[in-house]
Amino acid sequence: MQKPTPATNGRTGPPVEVRDLRKVYGDVTAVDGITFELAHGTITALLGGNGAGKTTTISMLMGLVIPTSGEARVLGADMARERHKVLHRMNFESPYVDVPMRLTVRQNLEVFGRLYGVRDIKGRVTASAADFRLVDLLDRPYGKLSAGQKTRVSLAKALINEPELLLLDEPTASLDPDTADWVRRKLEAYARSRGATIVLASHNMAEVERLADRVIMLESGRIIADETPRDLIARFGRSNLEEVFLAIARRGAHEAEALT
Amino acid sequence: MTATHTLREQTTARASWGRIWAMVLRYWYVIRSSWPRTAELVYWPLVQMLTWGFLQSYLAQTTSFAAKAAGLFIGGVLLWDILVRSQLGFAVAFLEEIWSRNLGHLMMSPLRPSELVAALIIVSLIKLAVAMVPVAVLAYLFFGFNVLGLGIAFAFFFLNLVIMSWSLGLVSTGVVLRWGLGAESFAWLIVFVFLPLCCVYYPVTTLPAWLQPVALALPPTYVFEGLRGIVLQGVFEPVLMLKAFLLNLVYFAAGFAAFAYFLHSARVHGSLVQMGE
Repeated sequence: MQKPTPATNGRTGPPVEVRDLRKVYGDVTAVDGITFELAHGTITALLGGNGAGKTTTISMLMGLVIPTSGEARVLGADMARERHKVLHRMNFESPYVDVPMRLTVRQNLEVFGRLYGVRDIKGRVTASAADFRLVDLLDRPYGKLSAGQKTRVSLAKALINEPELLLLDEPTASLDPDTADWVRRKLEAYARSRGATIVLASHNMAEVERLADRVIMLESGRIIADETPRDLIARFGRSNLEEVFLAIARRGAHEAEALT
Repeated sequence: MTATHTLREQTTARASWGRIWAMVLRYWYVIRSSWPRTAELVYWPLVQMLTWGFLQSYLAQTTSFAAKAAGLFIGGVLLWDILVRSQLGFAVAFLEEIWSRNLGHLMMSPLRPSELVAALIIVSLIKLAVAMVPVAVLAYLFFGFNVLGLGIAFAFFFLNLVIMSWSLGLVSTGVVLRWGLGAESFAWLIVFVFLPLCCVYYPVTTLPAWLQPVALALPPTYVFEGLRGIVLQGVFEPVLMLKAFLLNLVYFAAGFAAFAYFLHSARVHGSLVQMGE
């Protein structure tokens, strides 16, 4: 199925520009000189095995990690030096980062709404609760929710400021298929309706195939493929993205491509 | 105009007080949600005050000096606890973020480091009030020691002690930011190295000559010297408070610089994305 054309809402300049980005920890090169740009309103998946450099790349896009060299610009701001100019226009979700356990869902959404400078917090919390099926959970502590419920809260938090750029680290990890599908539909609808740009790191190839307009595949900190999921599958002569991933992981990109 | 644009109009990068208030609310919700935690805030100051209070009562019956110096130990322990509880209030509020695996969300949010520090300072004062007001009232009821009876001196003592506690809080949270929960004990214990050095229960002249300059380089030392001046001689020396305040300005600036440095170092070493319980 042809994905809809991304909406740009009249914005100019790419929301994400990465130039020769490199990060070295001691004698380990986590990211090794990658360059790419993302277009407005697109969903891009960062793929790669463990240690490929996905999380480090996303962390540099968020400004949580300072690059050894190169530059990560988000919404026009150099994230190593001026990230506070744009942080209110972005957001982030990961199952590996929680919101405060002792606070209720309502309190968490209120606190993050205030942090992101959202006005009419009550109205926004009410709308988010309705949108993410959290109405009955609003006054329960976050720590007492199931994994699926926590994910819905995390997503509500991630969209509380209706970000232009949403960074997701394995958004459906450890979710049952039904909840994972619900999350994917939500993300897809958000990106298409708002013209938001989404970057996600995922190990779920079916998810990437369904959501992503573009796949950037990393291996040992370098980009080894950068194209649409369909083109990638065709280039490697496989029937789905999972087979491409496995072929590359086991044989390396050059050898896997040569075997087609 | 899209809904995104509309919301962005309502969303400002300059909502500094709003972000500080958000963090104060966040910590207040935690304090409010757990009575054991609130009880814990009062527990140690109360035990300390009772122990030293009874000791002082006993000594007062047996020695003339202790009888004359009523309030020396209780006053000392109350002021010492202001330093300890305020530093712990600051540091533990920050540790909450790491225990709850929330630090990534905060660091990714528009919250600036200075706003986080401002929120931690406010929360330390709230926790201090929760801990120390009941204990101060009980000190009066049990031992007749009225901390407010120290008058204006108490305001200067309090100010100098809390500023020092924030400086220590900044350094200890900075260390945890950089090295993670492996350095958590540092945040809990850093203040206690000052217990012997600040001469809480004895004059500076009690220390060996080589250690006295170290004690005099610490703002709380002047507070405890000031307390002894009031209790033993009935004299309040403002110059001691001025010295403490000037030293505090240096310590706070150094503490904030250390916090900023450790935060930068954490971003260089990638430790912000590796923290958790």
